[in-house]
Amino acid sequence: MAEPIIRVTHLTKRFGSLTAVDDVSFDVQPGEAVALWGANGAGKTTALRCLLHLAPFSGEATIAGLDVKKQGKAARYQVGFVPQELSFHDDMSVGETLVFYARLKKVAGGTDFTPLLERLELLDHVRKPVRDLSGGLKQRLALALALLADPPILILDEPTSNLDIRAREDFLRFLYELRRDGKTLVFSSHRLEEVRALADRVLLLEAGRLVLAAPPRELERELGRTTSLYLALAAPAVDPAFALLESSGLAVSRNGGHGLRVQVPSDAKSEPLRVLHEAGIDVEDFTVE
Amino acid sequence: MIDFGNVFILAQKELRDAGRNRWFMLYALAFTGLSLALAWMALKSAGNYGLAGFGRTSASLINLILLIVPLMGLTLGALALAGEREQGTLLYLLAQPINQAELLLGKFVGLALALVAALGLGFGLTAALIAVNGGGAQIDIYLALLGLGCLLAIASLSIGFLISALTPRGSTAVGVALFLWLILVFIGDLGVMGTALVLQLDVNQLFALALANPLQLFKIAAVYSLRQNLEVLGPAGIYALRTYGSQLLPLLVGLLLAWVLLPFLAATFSFRRKGIL
Repeated sequence: MAEPIIRVTHLTKRFGSLTAVDDVSFDVQPGEAVALWGANGAGKTTALRCLLHLAPFSGEATIAGLDVKKQGKAARYQVGFVPQELSFHDDMSVGETLVFYARLKKVAGGTDFTPLLERLELLDHVRKPVRDLSGGLKQRLALALALLADPPILILDEPTSNLDIRAREDFLRFLYELRRDGKTLVFSSHRLEEVRALADRVLLLEAGRLVLAAPPRELERELGRTTSLYLALAAPAVDPAFALLESSGLAVSRNGGHGLRVQVPSDAKSEPLRVLHEAGIDVEDFTVE
Repeated sequence: MIDFGNVFILAQKELRDAGRNRWFMLYALAFTGLSLALAWMALKSAGNYGLAGFGRTSASLINLILLIVPLMGLTLGALALAGEREQGTLLYLLAQPINQAELLLGKFVGLALALVAALGLGFGLTAALIAVNGGGAQIDIYLALLGLGCLLAIASLSIGFLISALTPRGSTAVGVALFLWLILVFIGDLGVMGTALVLQLDVNQLFALALANPLQLFKIAAVYSLRQNLEVLGPAGIYALRTYGSQLLPLLVGLLLAWVLLPFLAATFSFRRKGIL
């Protein structure tokens, strides 16, 4: 196994009597996508901020072999950061913002950001003040800034939490491409579908403690996650379908006159559809929640 | 290790931001307008000859500087860290490959340059008005006053910076800065006099108490530069001149420099200890 690109050892962060991150240790391999998953207040954001040494903490953290406490600046050259709250200087234009951060990151090759802006579909907005951008465009600008110096690692804090469904899909597509290109991704999220789509490994945090490090599928099993499947059926098919699904061991209930609600494990959502199909019962429509 | 390239980039940005700050521009314009008005009145009161234009104007500018310049420095400094911390921009900046010292120094240098530019504009236009009206005498006093005014501005900025480092919110920081300005400007003189009366202080203790206020340091240094004596400041002024003689001005400038350095260092220490979260 390659040398880890990120190594966190016994990271602990206290705010007065509150322990926000409690003795957390983990490694991230180059090219790996790792999600920090947990409820609000679980310590995800604080852990990521400590990793960038934005606050003093006890324990150790290295990025590309660099100690973030002693070589924080050099370590941050290896990282592009997308914060949860997108806080740019609102009176600057997109172009001015890019130039400012490119200078701080010592980006070689001048100030031609055209390929990056084209890739993130930001080229038409380069003269706009940042305050005039929508949430989705601001998020893309944050990603553009993170990618300015082409760092090997991206750290993203709840990157899609403020986006509508369309913008979220677009943003996840960009992240998926970056992962495919070999970037190491460390991101926090409380959306399981996002973690499932993007992460190789999930670190489950609860009250600041790391309670599980596993692939997303294993996490779902560990959590006993179920999904509700709503099936729309022709009226005559409702009763036979109900009986069939119940006899197959699935948790089924009636949902209005023409529908059934089935509780299924998140990784087996097609099971009720398969059972009904094999019995020759047509499903007119379905939704997943 | 400080990368002065980063300091320069951050200072440039602060300078540009100050130019877009409406309050700062309002203060700068008010200072320029009032300087011009005072110079015009000084020239008129000297008759049609315009003699000693710079000297007279310098004397009337002292009180204007005492009133406006600390207000500019304190409020600009107070917003420097607390405002950006509140908006989250400070956190994002520190997530870049820069260190805290570069950030603080860049901000401080940029804002100090903005203050010096604002004072330079006021003094420059006023000097042009005096020169056009033929009052070119005592320009050395005028330049000394500009230098002392800049020092006072940067010392006020440094105190504002410290307030900003200790305060979580921009609005609180500005409130504290305004309260301090009120104390330094209006209660400073009265407070020193009152304390002297109640505690029956010696003249040397009275002088030491005055030195604790950077505005008093500026006033004593400015009056001394203008008149080469401090009788106008009463017993404490006479005591200071007799005790320190020709060393008085370097002492006052040194103390103003200490007011620049010490609050800035304290702000850096506090910022480093607390972190950004």
